[in-house]
Amino acid sequence: MSAPTLLAVEDLSKRFGGFVALEAVNFSVAEGERVGLIGPNGSGKSTLVNCLCGTLQNETGTVRFAGQAIDGLPAHRRVRLGIARSFQLPRPFATLSVGDNLRIPLLYAVDARTGVRHSKAEIDARCGELLSLMGLADKAARPPLELSQVEMRKLELARAIAAEPKLLIADEAMAGLSPSEVDDILALLVRLNERGITIILIEHIMRAVMSFSERVLVLVAGRKIADARPEDVVRDPEVTRAYLGE
Amino acid sequence: MGNGTFVLAAAVAGAAVFGLSLLIHNEYFFFAGYVVLQYIVLATAWNILGGYTGYVNFGTAAFFAMGAYSSVVLYKLVSLPLPVLMVVGGAISGIVGFGTGYLTLRLRGVYFAIATLALAVVVQTLIVNWDFVGGARGAYIMRPAQVPLFGNYIQYLFLVMLVLAVVALVTARTIERSRLGYGFSAIRDDELAAEAFGVPTLRLKLLATTLSGALMGMAGAPLPYYVTYLDPASGFNLAYAVNSIAMPLIGGTTTWVGPLIGAVLLGTIQQVATVTISSAANLLIVGLLLVGFVIVAPNGIVGLFEQHWRARRA
Amino acid sequence: MHFPFELLANAAVSGLLLGGFYAAVTVGVAISFGMLDIVNIAHPAFIILGSYITYIVNSTLGVDPLVASVIMAPAFFLLGAAIYQVYYLAFEKRGQESLRGLAFFFGLLFITEVALILVFGVDYRYVTAPYAGPSLHLGFLILPLRMLVPCAVSLVLLLGLQLFLARSFAGRAILAVSQDPVALRLMGVSPSRIKRFAFGLSLATAGVAGTLLIIIQPVEPSVGRDYIGRVFAICVLGGMGSLPGALVAAMLLGLVESVTSTFYGPSWSPAIAFGVLLVTLAVRPAGLMGR
Repeated sequence: MSAPTLLAVEDLSKRFGGFVALEAVNFSVAEGERVGLIGPNGSGKSTLVNCLCGTLQNETGTVRFAGQAIDGLPAHRRVRLGIARSFQLPRPFATLSVGDNLRIPLLYAVDARTGVRHSKAEIDARCGELLSLMGLADKAARPPLELSQVEMRKLELARAIAAEPKLLIADEAMAGLSPSEVDDILALLVRLNERGITIILIEHIMRAVMSFSERVLVLVAGRKIADARPEDVVRDPEVTRAYLGE
Repeated sequence: MGNGTFVLAAAVAGAAVFGLSLLIHNEYFFFAGYVVLQYIVLATAWNILGGYTGYVNFGTAAFFAMGAYSSVVLYKLVSLPLPVLMVVGGAISGIVGFGTGYLTLRLRGVYFAIATLALAVVVQTLIVNWDFVGGARGAYIMRPAQVPLFGNYIQYLFLVMLVLAVVALVTARTIERSRLGYGFSAIRDDELAAEAFGVPTLRLKLLATTLSGALMGMAGAPLPYYVTYLDPASGFNLAYAVNSIAMPLIGGTTTWVGPLIGAVLLGTIQQVATVTISSAANLLIVGLLLVGFVIVAPNGIVGLFEQHWRARRA
Repeated sequence: MHFPFELLANAAVSGLLLGGFYAAVTVGVAISFGMLDIVNIAHPAFIILGSYITYIVNSTLGVDPLVASVIMAPAFFLLGAAIYQVYYLAFEKRGQESLRGLAFFFGLLFITEVALILVFGVDYRYVTAPYAGPSLHLGFLILPLRMLVPCAVSLVLLLGLQLFLARSFAGRAILAVSQDPVALRLMGVSPSRIKRFAFGLSLATAGVAGTLLIIIQPVEPSVGRDYIGRVFAICVLGGMGSLPGALVAAMLLGLVESVTSTFYGPSWSPAIAFGVLLVTLAVRPAGLMGR
């Protein structure tokens, strides 16, 4: 008995001029699953995320979310449908305060989706909640440029969570974190997952990916070369050769 | 201060300005004051798209002149009261703004800016070649003999522009503090990220462009009655383009107060300079101030004040 | 009715000659906007500045305009380098190119035009040179030397630049900086230094174009405004950083302008370039030869 498919990617390809970034990528993610995505630098992971979220449009293939084909939909519509992502290189809104950075997804993703207009007080409260979750509560009124690299990554993840997604794609959210911080974020993601949020984790920190994921996808040079349980992926000779090194 | 309170305060302030000005028996004051009020509207309108949303519009003259020339067209066809002319002028400019945006806002911001430059020239060329509104020779407008409300037609124009200025400022402030304002800021700061977190960027940009264009058109509608002789050279004067950019950038682009300060300051300086030195020299001053502020004080006068207060608190 | 073939042919020829000149006007923007992503809308103002300097040198010292341009080019190069340095420190570094950088160049455009009006007034100025008057006659075709010479110089300029960009190290670094500034840095080349060099080059071409302009037609300060549209229309239509593309687009525009002007009158000219630009942006923003 398996959960219904939330995300189905069929035959996705993306080119930049002559360069093929993604080729015939196929995979699906079930509701409530925890999926890891690994691959060497330049293998197309971020391009894949961009295509899923609508920041880029795929040339061929179909992306289905909750049964609905979402190709061609602009990113803001996909967010409202329930896909949210954090950016690998944080892109905060520089002239807004840290707290106000969270206000944007709350106003434009959550409120827009439900049609409910929360009051300023309610939104302020929610911003505060999310910031506390990330340990950034004391920085709420500061400009994002004052944050450290690590804090900015946490803000980035908080923004994605603020959008209340059904599918959360965390793109290298843990880069540069200390081991205990990595554990904190993992614990947070697990808690979110327990509440029903499907998560795709893109990471280079192997122990995090392997311990967190129920299933791991491996992307090399734009192609999916493995799609199995973590322990099987680690033993897959093709993966070892292409990515983990001999 | 809540929105309702602000509207009331602005209305009271406006009434006070007008009341005080009635005590001045110098007609030149109303002439000059009209120009300054006009610039308050233009600067505020520009800032909604430029300062709040981050899209530069070089074609203020086009939107402004379309408002002016729609009044000329209507003047030749039928007699309509000024407020109606302003609504028509605003509607036409708003539609053109929407159209320009629709064609170019899906591209990068610089293409929009260049397109607005193009628009100014295209519209000017069309007007120059349109004999109905006088073409290059211009058109003469007679002010109505009956002055609505009271006294002097120039005072009436002053009042109308004062009301429009208050409306523009209230609009800007309301946007600034609203959900829409956050959306605009997000687009300005990082459009890609804004889109990725749910902001319907194209829709909001079109809204900003339309609103900005409409306000500029409304500011232009009374112009023929102010100058009584309108020709393309004066209607499309480059001064409008540079002033509508310089005033917000010098005053401060992040808040409604910036364009107000910029317009009052620069507008007054220019009125004085035009009379004492020359109009070309006065434009040179504006250009130099623009470049200077943009390099040295990117957040304008408002920014300088904020810096000063923050330093004192620290 | 006798179709005015001769008129059409002459209009077409002068259009192509003009187009060749337009390419020289645009090549600077193809570099600054197409390759460096710097929206220098003040470029036409610098061209007019070049025209006026040529005029001064020609009318007071009797120096041939083309000779003057050879001396002006290095001076404009230095000016370009200085302007880029200010732009870089004030805007690029702070990440504020989009709003404030644009306003900066708009301010420069404005200041230059107004300063020229204050110094020279609005009278038309022209240069005297042996090739400014006579024309070549080929059958029914009339080739005014004052257009032929600038067109020829322009083609030489374009060819030289294209070779420079494709063959020399500095040239290829310029092409590289638009595509991959990080890789460039890894090679030990500072992107801002290359950009400064390229921007200087861009302004140097403006100076030369100014000389060519005043050979073709008398000049007054607001003439620059007509060229803003042409320059960006050609740049976009030609596919941004492509020099060959700019040449093709320039000739196309010159042709259309000349034929329209001959048959419908010159008062529509300013709108043609901008109209072309708007249509290109709406329909095919990548241009004819775009990536």
